[in-house]
Amino acid sequence: MTLMKRMSLIFKAKANKALDKAEDPREVLDYSYQKQLELLTNVRKGVADVATSRKRVELQINQLQQQADKLQGQAQQAINVNREDLAREALTRKSGLAQQIADLQTQHANLQAEEEKLVLAQQRLQAKVEAFRTRKETIKATYTAAEAQTKINDAVAGIGEEMGDIGMAMQRAEDKTAQMQARAGAVDELLASGALEDLTAQPGDDIAKQLNELSSKSDVEAELAKLKGLNAPAAPQAIGQSEGTQQPTVDAPANETKPEAQS
Amino acid sequence: MIVRILSEGQYDLADTALDRLNELDTAVEAAVAAGDETAFRAALAALLDGVRSVGTPHADDDFVESDLILPPADAALEEVRELLADDGLIPG
Repeated sequence: MTLMKRMSLIFKAKANKALDKAEDPREVLDYSYQKQLELLTNVRKGVADVATSRKRVELQINQLQQQADKLQGQAQQAINVNREDLAREALTRKSGLAQQIADLQTQHANLQAEEEKLVLAQQRLQAKVEAFRTRKETIKATYTAAEAQTKINDAVAGIGEEMGDIGMAMQRAEDKTAQMQARAGAVDELLASGALEDLTAQPGDDIAKQLNELSSKSDVEAELAKLKGLNAPAAPQAIGQSEGTQQPTVDAPANETKPEAQS
Repeated sequence: MIVRILSEGQYDLADTALDRLNELDTAVEAAVAAGDETAFRAALAALLDGVRSVGTPHADDDFVESDLILPPADAALEEVRELLADDGLIPG
């Protein structure tokens, strides 16, 4: 059997099982409708949860961006007073932040996509629940045993599949959001620790080391060259080189795993 | 013929589209069997795009069972395996 058919059979079997409870056919209608309303409530809550996570990540991106801007300013100040070591430290931290910001931006895009999916699911379910309510009353009004049984079975099977689908979409959105919340928690701790606040307070603390590891050295060198250029207009050669492909003190052996030559 | 893409909704398709979909489905199935994530991604995307391009979205306020149900667009290979393995059709 093909993958499509296997998946269809398995999915339908599960969806029908979920609504197997009531015995009187008309009770099935009411039971199903009640389940639909519950699911609709859950989807609405799911949309709100994902939106909350998205806003939290937005806030974090803004905070980290402010820190990065501050570090940039500190680096400039340090260069102005000929403290290249401090400027280097500031830029190293800023480089680490840039990676965190990029990571958060990816998370933000993912959360936004999940949110949009759930909103669409909510609209779909809302329309179906309303249609089901109308059909439920019609079936009840025209109830003649055998005929109604068929109509009920069709209606319940159709809505059951939809509910199974939306239930699964909810579960997947929740799983993804939970993963991102764990990572967002780590960023919150980092921000709350104050480790990003003051460069002069605790140079070389744990956070700084971590950020150091994250940061790419060449970014720092490039930024340093740029800053020197800004502060030393008397050295046009340095400016020219920093705009080009100059790679100061790059260790050749470190590039062994990348055979392609840099042009 | 009605085809559901999970997390996305139902599409109405002409029955004549089935042959083409079966071809695309075979590629997905082969990738799942081989455990090839890259091939799986490409094959699943092709299958779902096929459904979207030849089908039209089914009315939101109607509820009927689908003839075929397909995995969500962002499903991982492992996730599809689990979906299929739930009733033991695929061992392990």
